[in-house]
Amino acid sequence: MQTTGPDFDRVFAALGDATRRDIVRRAIAGVEGVAELADHYPMSFAAVQKHVAVLERAGLVTKQRSGRRKVVRTHVEGLRAAQRLLDRYEELWRGRIDRMTALITTTKERNK
Amino acid sequence: MTVTDVRKDPDALSMTLTAEFDASPERVWQLWADPRLLERWWGPPTYPATVDSHDLRVGGRVEYHMTGPEGDQPHGYWEVTEADPPHSLAFRDGFANDDGTPNPDLPTTEARVTIEEISDGRTRMSIDSIFPSTKAMEQLLAMGVEEGFTLALGQIDAILAEDAVRSA
Repeated sequence: MQTTGPDFDRVFAALGDATRRDIVRRAIAGVEGVAELADHYPMSFAAVQKHVAVLERAGLVTKQRSGRRKVVRTHVEGLRAAQRLLDRYEELWRGRIDRMTALITTTKERNK
Repeated sequence: MTVTDVRKDPDALSMTLTAEFDASPERVWQLWADPRLLERWWGPPTYPATVDSHDLRVGGRVEYHMTGPEGDQPHGYWEVTEADPPHSLAFRDGFANDDGTPNPDLPTTEARVTIEEISDGRTRMSIDSIFPSTKAMEQLLAMGVEEGFTLALGQIDAILAEDAVRSA
């Protein structure tokens, strides 16, 4: 499901909510399904399901079959910061290269 | 498209980015060697850089600060470890105190720039960056890339730490 860089903004947006962070923590054990997870929170099953879906899209949890049930399991690898940090660093440098290119173009014109 | 290749190695915490320009190596070198040009590309638009001192000789230093949207001014410096105009430049990029002296509490990044002509009027530039730790990357990136980024990263760290405790 996750290959190269996942959507960094999506990851942090997903983690920006206390309930979702709690779900991520609980799902590290990988034994509870959405229904069991929902029991921990004063909100509807549907609301918890929505939170899980957001986490799923961010690549932070996956639903896995465990016998006849489906459990929610944290994708710990998806939490690893290094790849995403490198993605950000790449963006920083891409911005710099763009500005360098623009400078080369304008100085070239000026010298003509 | 000017960026032609990006290689990222999360295990080694390194990145190599290669770009090509329609310019001579001398002109590309100028972007590093002329402080007025350097400050026009080093900082992102939200954190423009001001170069306070600039000596690109081996052992020399470049001191700069950036100005954020809230008026915050993080300071940084380079310590030049290699300089062969217009072909190569290596430096340690670190954080500085407000008076420009290095801040030893914050980690540094190693950067190596190579510039070579690939055909007449076309030049390839590679930047190798090596970070000592993810913490270092985080600190560097917090300097003008994205607000809230450090906070969010701290959340990830907290979750991972909890995972480590559980598995122990």
